[in-house]
Amino acid sequence: MASSIPRTSRSSIPFYRDTRVIAVLVQVIFAVAVVAGCWVLYQNMIAGLTRANLLPTFSFLNVPASFPIAESVIPYDPSMTYSQAFVVGLLNTARVAIIGIVLATILGVILGIFRLSSNWLLSNVAMAYVEIVRNVPLLLQLIFWFYLTKMFPRVQESINLGDAVYLHNRGVTLAWPEPTASFSNWLWWVGGALLAAVAIYVVRQIQFRRRDRPGVAVPYAILGWIVIAGVGYVLTTAFSGMAPAVLVFPELQRFNFVGGATVTASFAALLIGLVIYTAVYIGEIVRSGILAVSKGQREAARALGLSQGQTLRLVIFPQALRIMIPPMTSQYLNLTKNSSLAVAIAYPDLFYIANTINNQTGQAVPVILMLMVSYLSASLFTSLLMNWYNRNIQLVER
Amino acid sequence: MRRSLVIPLAAALSLIIAACGGAPAAPTAAPEAPTTAPAPTAAPAAPAATTGRLETITARGTVICGVNNNPLPGFASVDASGVYSGFDVDFCKAVAAALFDDPSKVEYRPLSSQDRFTALQTGEIDVLIRNSTWTLGRDGDVGLDWSPTTFYDGQGMMVRKDSGITSIDDMDGATICVQTGTTTELNLADVFRAKGLTFQPVVFPDGDQTRSAYDAGQCDGFTTDKSGLVSSITLLSNPADHQILSDTMSKEPLGPSVLQGDPKWADAVNWITYATFQAEEYGITSANLAEFSASEVPEIRRFLGIEGELGKGVGLSNDFAARVIKHVGNYAEIYNRNLGPDTPFNLPRGLNALYTEGGLLYSPPFR
Repeated sequence: MASSIPRTSRSSIPFYRDTRVIAVLVQVIFAVAVVAGCWVLYQNMIAGLTRANLLPTFSFLNVPASFPIAESVIPYDPSMTYSQAFVVGLLNTARVAIIGIVLATILGVILGIFRLSSNWLLSNVAMAYVEIVRNVPLLLQLIFWFYLTKMFPRVQESINLGDAVYLHNRGVTLAWPEPTASFSNWLWWVGGALLAAVAIYVVRQIQFRRRDRPGVAVPYAILGWIVIAGVGYVLTTAFSGMAPAVLVFPELQRFNFVGGATVTASFAALLIGLVIYTAVYIGEIVRSGILAVSKGQREAARALGLSQGQTLRLVIFPQALRIMIPPMTSQYLNLTKNSSLAVAIAYPDLFYIANTINNQTGQAVPVILMLMVSYLSASLFTSLLMNWYNRNIQLVER
Repeated sequence: MRRSLVIPLAAALSLIIAACGGAPAAPTAAPEAPTTAPAPTAAPAAPAATTGRLETITARGTVICGVNNNPLPGFASVDASGVYSGFDVDFCKAVAAALFDDPSKVEYRPLSSQDRFTALQTGEIDVLIRNSTWTLGRDGDVGLDWSPTTFYDGQGMMVRKDSGITSIDDMDGATICVQTGTTTELNLADVFRAKGLTFQPVVFPDGDQTRSAYDAGQCDGFTTDKSGLVSSITLLSNPADHQILSDTMSKEPLGPSVLQGDPKWADAVNWITYATFQAEEYGITSANLAEFSASEVPEIRRFLGIEGELGKGVGLSNDFAARVIKHVGNYAEIYNRNLGPDTPFNLPRGLNALYTEGGLLYSPPFR
């Protein structure tokens, strides 16, 4: 572009009236101002922190944290370091986010389909649900669910459902399978089954391609995995005379249940709150995605004699999916970031633990930095995954 | 065109970064300083010459005091018309009385246990008087300076009477409610680890939530400072069902704190606190202050600022102690008003008596 301008014009216009120079100059001045502003703020911060003897450092990370954490995916005790405590928080956030995303997607899809149902009751119940949940702040909902857990009886008077499930105001205690000595033998079967499942998937894909017919290979692979792992379970039991896992029933001791698995009230309230809230938005995305598929597609499918369910499953939904994925990604990110509200209901997520670390060490700047980097990488990772999936299902135009 | 812009921009940026990294202040940055950072704490070039906190407060006309955000009757609570009262609140008033001769010149900032030190670090508050424990970690790493302890406390445990728990040793496997960002959270873990007991913590960021979770039976025990337990028990739905175990799990010296690095302001808060101790030692109360003002005893005349220039040395008026006594009273008056025999708590003075009566309160001489 620059070469198209005649040479003579350059010499006749002074540089400060040359739009090309001005364009560059203005941007340089702006950049200088921004950097200088940041520099002044940074210097100010360092000066202030130095005065208070609070210079940022990461050395605290190797010091024992010495505070207890209510629940953890990995073993944790207060003698472990701050960095390990931080990882516990990270994993707790990941746990609620991953389970939450799966459940919210399932509930959201059902909700979206219900809203479009011709059944008056279904569509109106779904609409009422959407309107109520969408218009109440999430924090309020979380606190509501958490206070609801207090309505349950004390541990000693738990509601007993067939000796396997106990409901009480500290959470839900369930009978849970515990691995036995033969568990490691069975693991070989599980691993083998996984390889077999991959093989089944590949074979089916080749078959589909050869016959030039569309088809989904994943269900076959999953079925194969379940069958082989199941057979392995029976055989392991028969040969070693011991089942790889036994169901352990919880037993009430003096203060709490021992054995089984307990889902804490905090976790349950957070998960329920996040799922119910996010499902509403996912439901609306599903609804709009389905509505965006042109009416002609539906009519054509019906004309071919496909049933209502087949039309939805084979024609409408695959097309709607392409529209739904990008907005769905931002809902998944929202759910992950909203999980930081856990701090209000005593679930030790990343934000909560980082806050405690900050409070105990006084290292606000490094801790906030770590927190920001963690949430940012979690969000970027989710986006990456979803973008990859999005690219895979997009129509390839030829 | 677009591409051609990137290179000069990058060049300019790297130049600036290089310039700023160098020792002398970048000429481009210097003139921006006053406009981008108008806060009084700015002027990064000369940290030594900054305005002290005491001058800032005097210019502002009020002292900003961090107090408990949850009602802790006896220490800090707000009534329906927004009036703060309590032991900690009275020390906020004492600071205002000493500075402005008016105990109402206090702006209260309700703070949670997690936010309190950050509020002090960022300069949002001038002084923190929020039943906070003096520890080495907080004095050092967290960057606080502590004033003399106003309340010697220890961590206790509250349980239901029908639980059959008589000491902490009975609590193996129990679920315990505790507030985060506190020393009690750390002591709890330490004590149980030392005793080889297990426990399931339920940790809340908020004192009210901690108490109500315990009240609902979500926890077998509720731990905090004993004074906090005594205060909280009155807020439970059925106080008679609960008891405080006799075990004391830690030392909890509670007192005012200020941000490290401003010795002048720290001195002022220290000596305002000491004045309440010293007044009790002399027997000077808000009621008999007038009689003492006529005293001929030199040390009392000095203490009340009638002669000498004692206050000036710590940046206060010479009669600052008299102002504190006039408006808030001596330590015994503050204690009895909030926690004494005429209150629902009726806490014995214990360690919080003067050294002359077997307690730990001891003021260095005012001279």
